[in-house]
Amino acid sequence: MTARWTEGPDSVAVAPRPLVIRGGRVLDPSRGLDAVLDVLLVGGSVAELGSGLTAPDGADVRDASGLIVTPGLIDVHVHLREPGAEHKETIESGARAAAAGGFTAVCAMPNTDPVIDDPAAVGFVLAAGRRAGAARVYPVGAISSGQNGQRLTPVGELVDAGAVAITDDGNPVMDSGLMRRALEYASAFGIPVSDHPEDLGLSRGGVMNEGVVSTRLGLRGKPNAAEDVHIVRDLLVAEETGGHIHIQHVSTRYGVDAIRRAKARGVRVTAEVTPHHLILTEEAVEGYRTEAKMNPPLRTQEDVDAVRAGLVDGTLDTLATDHAPHHYDEKERAFDDAPNGIVGLETSLGLVLTELVGRGVMDITTAIHRMSTGPAQAMGLPGGTLAVGSPADVTLIDPKRAWTVDPAAFLSKSANTPFGGWELTGGPAATIVGGRVVWEWGP
Amino acid sequence: MTRERSSLGKDLVGLEPLDGDQIRSILDTAEPFKEISERTIKKVPVLRGKTIVNLFFEASTRTRVSFEFAEKRLSADTVNISATASSVSKGETLVDTARNLEAMRIDMVVIRHWASGAARFLAERIPSTVINAGDGAHEHPTQGLLDLLTLRDHFGKIEGLKVCIVGDIVHSRVARSNIFGLLKLGAQVAVCGPPTLLPRGIERLGVERFVRLEEAIQWADALNVLRLQLERMEGGFVPSLREYNRVYGVSTRRLEAAPRELLILHPGPMNRGVEIDSDVADGDHSVVLRQVTNGVAVRMAVLYLLSGGDPASAEAAKGGQE
Repeated sequence: MTARWTEGPDSVAVAPRPLVIRGGRVLDPSRGLDAVLDVLLVGGSVAELGSGLTAPDGADVRDASGLIVTPGLIDVHVHLREPGAEHKETIESGARAAAAGGFTAVCAMPNTDPVIDDPAAVGFVLAAGRRAGAARVYPVGAISSGQNGQRLTPVGELVDAGAVAITDDGNPVMDSGLMRRALEYASAFGIPVSDHPEDLGLSRGGVMNEGVVSTRLGLRGKPNAAEDVHIVRDLLVAEETGGHIHIQHVSTRYGVDAIRRAKARGVRVTAEVTPHHLILTEEAVEGYRTEAKMNPPLRTQEDVDAVRAGLVDGTLDTLATDHAPHHYDEKERAFDDAPNGIVGLETSLGLVLTELVGRGVMDITTAIHRMSTGPAQAMGLPGGTLAVGSPADVTLIDPKRAWTVDPAAFLSKSANTPFGGWELTGGPAATIVGGRVVWEWGP
Repeated sequence: MTRERSSLGKDLVGLEPLDGDQIRSILDTAEPFKEISERTIKKVPVLRGKTIVNLFFEASTRTRVSFEFAEKRLSADTVNISATASSVSKGETLVDTARNLEAMRIDMVVIRHWASGAARFLAERIPSTVINAGDGAHEHPTQGLLDLLTLRDHFGKIEGLKVCIVGDIVHSRVARSNIFGLLKLGAQVAVCGPPTLLPRGIERLGVERFVRLEEAIQWADALNVLRLQLERMEGGFVPSLREYNRVYGVSTRRLEAAPRELLILHPGPMNRGVEIDSDVADGDHSVVLRQVTNGVAVRMAVLYLLSGGDPASAEAAKGGQE
């Protein structure tokens, strides 16, 4: 797979020409729309949907026959590593990798060095994202200064500077009192508090799921309860405060069930699940494969079945990759020593189309919802819809394209994935941000 | 002698990947090598001209010395590297260490490492033969083999034997190698210890699970008593050494309740008065020193077979003919 950049960086500031996307299957889950239509994008917004639209003077016309036209895909959980670990990823390379995966927007986690815990740092991420001229980059601020679990960050200033949520991701918020204050305080600004659910006492020393595989390999395990306890704590504190809690990368069957019951009680909770927790089990660790080391760890088939059911019924609002780039030599270590995480931006859509839609786990409308409308609503972001007047962020999907995952060809600076060599059917054909084609697949 | 012809494959990273016949061939090969250590001149030229590096990232006396004797009695040239004295402590990664050793054209690496999977990691990255001398809580295959040999010496066979491994199973590579090896040779295996030190899903490996030593003693023909690492107390796995001895210590009084006389093994070094009382350790049914003696023979057998030696020719090889 190769990518062609139709415009250089900095081009976003210049208004694009009108664009007609002609003859695609327009699938907009925000309105239950599924029909062959033309889509007209003007001035960075969706201007009109209809059959046989007349192209305005000077408009570009793109034939989308055979393609699916959807609201731009959004990934609410990515690590772009800048500032501080630019050898793994930069905001520019990450934003380009996102576009190459069909994403028009991503939420960048704040566990960088330095941590994104003041307005200047938020501004840096925002500006670097704009310069990249690829997918939109929404900064997420920290809950606590330095992510050390002590004092709340200046949340109001972070939001003014452009932060769309706060999280101490990487470090779970262990102090329930801090979580309470964060949920209360953040509610004044209408942003969610996003948490990595892990009780560090229960997971201490663990490097994979606790079970028969960890026992045989002699690796220390993290039990499901480490995640479950923390999810339940977050739900209870959210219920108490009325704040909006967003639960990151749910991986356990009990976790899904607890969120489902909390939603039924009216708790303001949203939740995400990663492609790898939907597809792989702890068996992927066999042979001490560090590309299958992540946190939370890959669990069992029962858990996989539960998170799939949760994504289908909407308990889990959104798919999120937890894109976690690491330099190749950082993963080239003994399992205990290797860092957690895998890259996901450039494989997510293909995996969902092949392993979930292709195998009948969910229909295409649900899948697209969980990758566009779902994440936009969960995080309160623009987009996630093709309604007239909404941002002209559109993903064109080729449902038939057969391709093989080649980590060496990723636009991400890192290639740490357990999916290398997987043969997939379906993937992004073009990514349109603000009415401009920022990436397209091409031979 | 080429590595490709080894009946065990290129490496020995564990007993789990071996089949029963391969394990039996190692034990059979060890038999003739036992005698070499009883000679006045304890040396045969089987590995003459071979270079072996003993790469120890963790402190070890018994295993390292046992390997070194086995190597020297087979006439190999050996170098010992301990992590504290090497560039490892200066931040060099395992893969760089391996590549540097490989660049010096060595034939075999004996590795002890604190991380599970480290031996396999090395074996997959260098063409030299890699022998696992203990990787984290994963496997310690030569210890498993010497335990098997000692049991076979005493009982005449392994098949049908009931062996219970007692103590800290979670953190023990000796336990895993014993479980895999014993099951492949047809023994029945149990583990016994406080539930905090028994790993999740252990029954699914095909072993019985006892949480009280009294039950294990009623069941077993032999006990393999593991060392209790003192740091387990700090980790909150056991309340105190005194309590551990009271509940899980192997004592003469407890053994008197056994329906048959139990053979007692211990991989050493022993914490006398903690997991095993002195009168048991030094008693008639203890084979701890025979284990040490067998350790050298088993390691000679492993080195011989991995260097391409024919199991059927071991008797001749020890006579000095190549």
